[in-house]
Amino acid sequence: MATTPMRDGPPPAVTDEELAAMHDDPRFIDLKRRLFRFIVPATIGFLAWYLLYVILSGYARDFMGTVLFGNINVALVFGLLQFVSTFGIAWAYSRHTAREFDPRAAELHDELHYGEGEKR
Amino acid sequence: MSILAQQTETGRTLTLVLFLLMVVATVVITIWARNHTRDATDFHSGGRGFKSWQNGFAIASDYMSAASFLGIAGILALSGYDGFLYSIGFLVAWLVALLLVAELLRNSGRFTMADVLSFRMRQRPVRTAAAVSTMTVSIFYLLAQMVGAGALIALLLGIREGETFLGMNAEVASNVGIVFVGLLMIVYVALGGMKGTTWVQIFQAIVLLGGAALLALLVLTEYGFNISNLLGDAAEASGIGAGFLEPGQRYGVEVPGDPTQTMWNKLDLISLGLALVLGTAGLPHILIRFYTVPDSRSARKSVNWGIGLIGSFYLLTLVLGFGAAAIVGAEAITAQNPAGNTAAPQLAQAVGDNVGGSTVGAVMLAIIASAAFAAILSTVAGLVIASSSSLAHDLYNSVIRRGAATDREEVVVAKLAAIGVGVVSIVLAIYAQSLNVAFLVALAFAMAASANLPTLLLSLFWKRFNTAGAVAGIYGGLIAAVGLVIFSPVFSGAPNSLLGEGVDIAWFPMSNPGLVSIPLGLICAVVGTLMSSESKPERFATLQVRALTGAGSERAVKH
Repeated sequence: MATTPMRDGPPPAVTDEELAAMHDDPRFIDLKRRLFRFIVPATIGFLAWYLLYVILSGYARDFMGTVLFGNINVALVFGLLQFVSTFGIAWAYSRHTAREFDPRAAELHDELHYGEGEKR
Repeated sequence: MSILAQQTETGRTLTLVLFLLMVVATVVITIWARNHTRDATDFHSGGRGFKSWQNGFAIASDYMSAASFLGIAGILALSGYDGFLYSIGFLVAWLVALLLVAELLRNSGRFTMADVLSFRMRQRPVRTAAAVSTMTVSIFYLLAQMVGAGALIALLLGIREGETFLGMNAEVASNVGIVFVGLLMIVYVALGGMKGTTWVQIFQAIVLLGGAALLALLVLTEYGFNISNLLGDAAEASGIGAGFLEPGQRYGVEVPGDPTQTMWNKLDLISLGLALVLGTAGLPHILIRFYTVPDSRSARKSVNWGIGLIGSFYLLTLVLGFGAAAIVGAEAITAQNPAGNTAAPQLAQAVGDNVGGSTVGAVMLAIIASAAFAAILSTVAGLVIASSSSLAHDLYNSVIRRGAATDREEVVVAKLAAIGVGVVSIVLAIYAQSLNVAFLVALAFAMAASANLPTLLLSLFWKRFNTAGAVAGIYGGLIAAVGLVIFSPVFSGAPNSLLGEGVDIAWFPMSNPGLVSIPLGLICAVVGTLMSSESKPERFATLQVRALTGAGSERAVKH
């Protein structure tokens, strides 16, 4: 399902008033909720997780220097975990939006451009 | 003893030939793109027809600059673990762009950051402020790259104090390097516009990633893919021991017997960490990349590509940095460049020598040198296009001509602006050669995080936000970031500060302003908003519906 319909050429224009009217539509409120439900906790989560890493790097050096095996210490593993969490959150976000957000956004998009009733 | 000093004439020639080949290839790409650039959408946004992976490579190319390739490898090689802190901040920052900015910006804007900021505001004051901020951030970033390029040309050609190559001494070579990079970026942008720049960036990302991957592979092979042994060797060769693999050699340094300084150093580390993670999503040259794809879903996918490429690249740099510490050694690196910027190329030569003698060493050096130039050229091109788009679209068309300029006029002005920005930065860079490259980049991030990100997020998510808030937020954050640096030890009062120890106007104890200037930027935006009665809830409704559904958003150009 594409968010940008490319039937033949660009879709019919939509006015700012029509866009504004959609803002209070229950389906738009639902769409917004579905997006925010992911991005708000995820943003708080990764920022806290990152700040924890920076703060530990500054104030808990003995802990960060703890050797786990060979020459691998907590600081290195913690750093690599930041990579893992970044990749993981990006993946989870894409999955969430593809399932929960994109189809609904596309529906409203098409309705705004092509009018109600004309479903694709 | 310097490894580069032993470099043969053949090695230098090889480096030059490979570099020139890359230049020729990119100029051919640019000329091709010129024939496919017709209107303002082509020039500013490459026709919005790029595929996600293409934009992902271009995003990575914009982002993987001299600072993040040579700079981080150098910090890792000389100060150990702390270089890794930089990469992590730079990478995690992409989540801010992915979750909060990329898609909404793609749907609601047209060519520049100001399109979104001014959507529900009075156009002229907001666009002027956004253009000022775009120019300031981009010029600082640009200077960092060009100063780095100048130093590199001299260093990579193996010209040091008292030596000459093709009749140039180090200082002349450095100036020639700056002028050459400046002219090239003007050619890329003025001729190729966003389309040409993007293709050049895709090509250069492949050169850079390929070069870094090859070198990392050789380093790892030398250690039988045993990372632990590599780290052990690096720690031992550094003479610091286990501490080399822990944070604290460079940032948040503990000064024995001086608890106050220790406290400031540690807060400075947090300040740097904040600027890195919040700066990316406020960098104008990154933001305008989201306009080059057909829709918001492609913008999301291209950021995912970018995150994958940039993350992999930083993992490679980790190997290169510790590899340089273990194989080249701090002494040889600082002999060549005290800041450690040549650690990666030196490593290339040393590893090549180990693998197959001096010829392979010369080839590896040439490859990594070209990769470094690719990093610089692609970043400066992105910065020039961001500044010229903002000058033409925001300042010229919207503010001076009040939106009456034709498409053609805007493109002509953008091209002239690219030439202007290029010439100004060439001149500034020649005079700014004593500035520390890493400091300039960190400052650009702090300014973007203080001035651009808060206003951008507030205009996307806060209904009450208005013109006064946006203007106050941008100028407030910008002035706070620049002002605090002027009164910091970076600028005066310390042995290694800009004005030297003789002048002392420093009262702000940290070198990174972010911890203070980011909240200050946010506060200015909020207070500014509340002090003005302007409120346009219906415009906010339009913006939000457009941003989330993509209805009414700018379409790809079909020629």
